[in-house]
Amino acid sequence: MTVELFCENVHLDFPLYHGTARSLKKTVFHSVTGRMSADSRQRVVVQALRDISFRLQPGDRLGLVGRNGAGKSTLLRTLAGIYEPQGGRVRIHGSLNALLDPNLGMNPELTGRENITLRGQYHKLNPSAIRRLADDVAAFADLGDFIDLPVRIFSSGMVVRLGFALATAIRPQVLLMDEWFLAGDANFLEKARSRLEDLVRGAEILVLSTHVPAVIHEWCTRVMWLDQGRIIADGPADEVMDAYLAAPNN
Amino acid sequence: MGYRPPNMSAHLQITTPLNRLEIVASPGFVARSVLAGRDLCEAATMWRLCWTLSWLDIKLRYRGSVLGPFWLTLSTAIMIGSMGFLYAALFHMDLHVYLPFLALSIVLWNFLNLLVSDSCVCFTSSEAMIRSVRMPFTLYGGRVVLRNLLVLAHNIVVIIAVDLLLQINPGRVGLLAIPAFMLWLVVALALAMLLGAMCARFRDIPPIIGSVMQMAFFVSAIIWRPEQLKEQEYLLVFNPFYTLLEIVRGPLMGEVPSLYVYVSALTFSFGLILLSWLIFSRVRGRIAFWV
Repeated sequence: MTVELFCENVHLDFPLYHGTARSLKKTVFHSVTGRMSADSRQRVVVQALRDISFRLQPGDRLGLVGRNGAGKSTLLRTLAGIYEPQGGRVRIHGSLNALLDPNLGMNPELTGRENITLRGQYHKLNPSAIRRLADDVAAFADLGDFIDLPVRIFSSGMVVRLGFALATAIRPQVLLMDEWFLAGDANFLEKARSRLEDLVRGAEILVLSTHVPAVIHEWCTRVMWLDQGRIIADGPADEVMDAYLAAPNN
Repeated sequence: MGYRPPNMSAHLQITTPLNRLEIVASPGFVARSVLAGRDLCEAATMWRLCWTLSWLDIKLRYRGSVLGPFWLTLSTAIMIGSMGFLYAALFHMDLHVYLPFLALSIVLWNFLNLLVSDSCVCFTSSEAMIRSVRMPFTLYGGRVVLRNLLVLAHNIVVIIAVDLLLQINPGRVGLLAIPAFMLWLVVALALAMLLGAMCARFRDIPPIIGSVMQMAFFVSAIIWRPEQLKEQEYLLVFNPFYTLLEIVRGPLMGEVPSLYVYVSALTFSFGLILLSWLIFSRVRGRIAFWV
């Protein structure tokens, strides 16, 4: 089975629920009286992704660029299988790791070790692999004895280190990464860098969303420019970045 | 506090198993049912995670307390003890007959009641996890069921203590409670998926469910005995809360529930499982947007 990532005509609407759209009573009332319409339901639908098609093969390093709200994070979440599109298909062959938000669903009430165990079990690791995972993460994040204390009492720096160490400890074939991963204090960045490089080199396919041109130049070979959920341009990194940076408001 | 460069070879060893992820936007009942079925199977392969999550839920709730989860046992025991004396006097019943009945009823009802209220937040309480990793949704349902089973396991101690104290033995009839309890577990999972999805979409459902459960507590022969209804006892068969409770409680008290009770409980269960399947397979792809 060759590793690949394939998207075809992906189409995703993001419903925003607020006010009465959350209420069963109001919904039933409107449908009974036949006054149901888009405005009376107060359901705002954001057209988050439109006609997204692309294929990535081993060795591809794709950067997603675009303004805030262009659909970069939504696309990453769709590729990770968290949001299911209303149209089209997404196919991923190969083990996947999605580094989307800093805490990756960590529970602050649980201890560092418990959070690590949960993550390991999510990846279906056996108990000995989970022990190695915990050792690796604790050593990298410099947690010391804190690993057996609740994450809630960690300093913010420790939380970031734990999140990063945990997320980067498991090597996937397909790596999806949001730009927060490249943020952090300078000191940590330096020691994180080799670990991250190691992870990215090990992955056969990388999809990275970012605002920072320097990050694209360093990591990506191909760039996709998104705007309002559509692909504006998709091609070699330099070409697309030149067009993107030349466009107004970018 | 110098940092050593990561040991590459140690790092390389932790890899995830190969997998295939294929998401196709699928209209049509069959395609959606297949996806829902796959969700169920994937959750089954992750039982280890489900168990850890449930166990940590319990541990977290009682972290730092001396008795730990046995606080549950203690509070249940106190409640049953005080209610037992009060209602035995009110209903002019022999405490030796009434107390085992009440202990069983309260413990089983608490299980059902907590299960229902937990089901309402099945998905919304795991919002952070749902939004950050792809996980079969059935796993969250399984977590609710397992967590409540763990609570029940602590409370069973009270029933055993009362039965030992009053030397009550349901005999072999008691074994009938086992298949009935298995049915409970399936219904519980169906309920968690159904209520979890509906409560994620419509935020005014949990209070409605809360008042329904409160009403059900009083009409389902939990603190009073069914015989006390006299000629109207047959009406209880139309109360699914009662019949579901009775198929487990009856055998444990050494009584075989009537056929009507079984028919009612089974009909209700299958209806609920079917409804849950229909709704869950329809909305599975939407839950991540709702939480």
